Amino acid sequence: MRKIIVPCGLHCIKINHLGVTLGGQEILKDINLHIHCGSLNVVIGRNGAGKSTLIRAILGDIPHIGNIEFKDRENGRIQKLKIGYVPQSLNIEKQTPVSVYDMIASYQSNVPVFLMRGKKIRQQIEEHLEIFEVSHLIDKQVCNLSGGEQQRVLLSMALLNSPNLLLLDEPVSGIDKNGMELFYRTIYHLKENYDLAIILISHDLEYVRQYADKVVLLDGSVRKQGSVREVFQSPEFAQVFGSGKEET
Amino acid sequence: MDFFSWLQYDFMRYAFLAILIITPLFGLLGTMIVNRKMAFFSDALGHSALTGIAVGVVLGVNNTNLSMVVFAIVFALLLNFISSKVSSATDTVISVFSSCSIAVGLAILSQGGNFSRYSSLLVGDILSITPQEIVYLFVILVVTLVFWIFGFNKLLAVSLNRTLAKSLHISVGWMENLFAVLVALIVMVSIKWVGILIINALLILPAAAARNLSENMREYHFFAIVISVFSGIMGLVISYYVNVATGPTIAILASIIYFATYWWGSRNNI
Repeated sequence: MRKIIVPCGLHCIKINHLGVTLGGQEILKDINLHIHCGSLNVVIGRNGAGKSTLIRAILGDIPHIGNIEFKDRENGRIQKLKIGYVPQSLNIEKQTPVSVYDMIASYQSNVPVFLMRGKKIRQQIEEHLEIFEVSHLIDKQVCNLSGGEQQRVLLSMALLNSPNLLLLDEPVSGIDKNGMELFYRTIYHLKENYDLAIILISHDLEYVRQYADKVVLLDGSVRKQGSVREVFQSPEFAQVFGSGKEET
Repeated sequence: MDFFSWLQYDFMRYAFLAILIITPLFGLLGTMIVNRKMAFFSDALGHSALTGIAVGVVLGVNNTNLSMVVFAIVFALLLNFISSKVSSATDTVISVFSSCSIAVGLAILSQGGNFSRYSSLLVGDILSITPQEIVYLFVILVVTLVFWIFGFNKLLAVSLNRTLAKSLHISVGWMENLFAVLVALIVMVSIKWVGILIINALLILPAAAARNLSENMREYHFFAIVISVFSGIMGLVISYYVNVATGPTIAILASIIYFATYWWGSRNNI
């Protein structure tokens, strides 16, 4: 993979008092997170803890209270936060005639994909696919990609407009054990070599233990956050996941 | 027998022109309707034409075409809104509203045993189209092309993943509603010529057939439009010589093409 920018560690993203209420039900309450560039922050919690809701709130997909600020730590300047998002899955069926180029260009370009192929955007897409060594897939149909290939294509797409924050839902289906290992190694490589912060929702505590810089235990609100050791040995962790048992 | 003898009649020439405008339009829209799994939605819209006319009759509107178009647009927006709010399956929601609206329409129009006045709408008659109506169709074709050129990418992005589209500042709600309104408009303007029972076939079949042959969006649109125009023109000519209604003939041709492409596609693994 290509190296682009070494993380400077000077940017930070602050999520202040974020709360989400949907249909009269309070799903997230008073979430405060402080995230540095070049760090891998993993959100864990049982099903229904509000993990995906948190991601959607940060993306602005659902209404929320509280605010998200993006600061340069050196001079305190507040900039506009650019977010890259990697969804867990795509709404795409077998036989859908959407190629990898079509998909990425539809999100990132104004050149109508049904009419022609833009040379410039195609080159740009190819370069970004190459970061994850999948540029040969550019003309393949998205629905025919394997789970791992799809994930790498989506990652390339998320990096296309050089985000400051990358939001990921860990893939749960269509990826085997080797694929998962590869996925985590890729994420690790990303945070080492790009100037961005990563928030990852994870279901696999074993990988979290291995790769995370910071862990956030979510259960409607932040029950515990800190280093892997701090969170995994906390009583809150034992309470959510059962004493000593690490399963999702 | 001269193959082009059918062109000597004015009504055939007008019908030919109308088909040259309607079929590419249907091919184009169909690609997205099939992609977004909206086949049921467009079907419900077609049926709502009767209700739109009924509403016009009740309100004493002189031009029931107008009430039909307005009702369809409101109906389309309502369906979109309710599908996004209600958590039960979209097809169930659409079915409930569609059945309800068509029942109301039929009840009103059949009052006093007068329904036969409207039965021509079920099958449609492209041969009765007038030059002015062809101009309307042409205007809609231009509007659709402009929308497609500027909005298609966003529409595709929204259909692949709404949250991702939103995160890139694409106005998801606007795109979905604009598309629904466009479909409503086109279905209503062409329903008199194509017929309620057939219109969905013409929207869905070319795109469905094109999917069997295509690997990307350019091929998909190209094949959908070619198949649509081809079955339209051939359907018109055949219906003239065989003396059957034009709409069904077009639909039969499009179905045959669908099965042929399905067979071809499964053999060639596309």
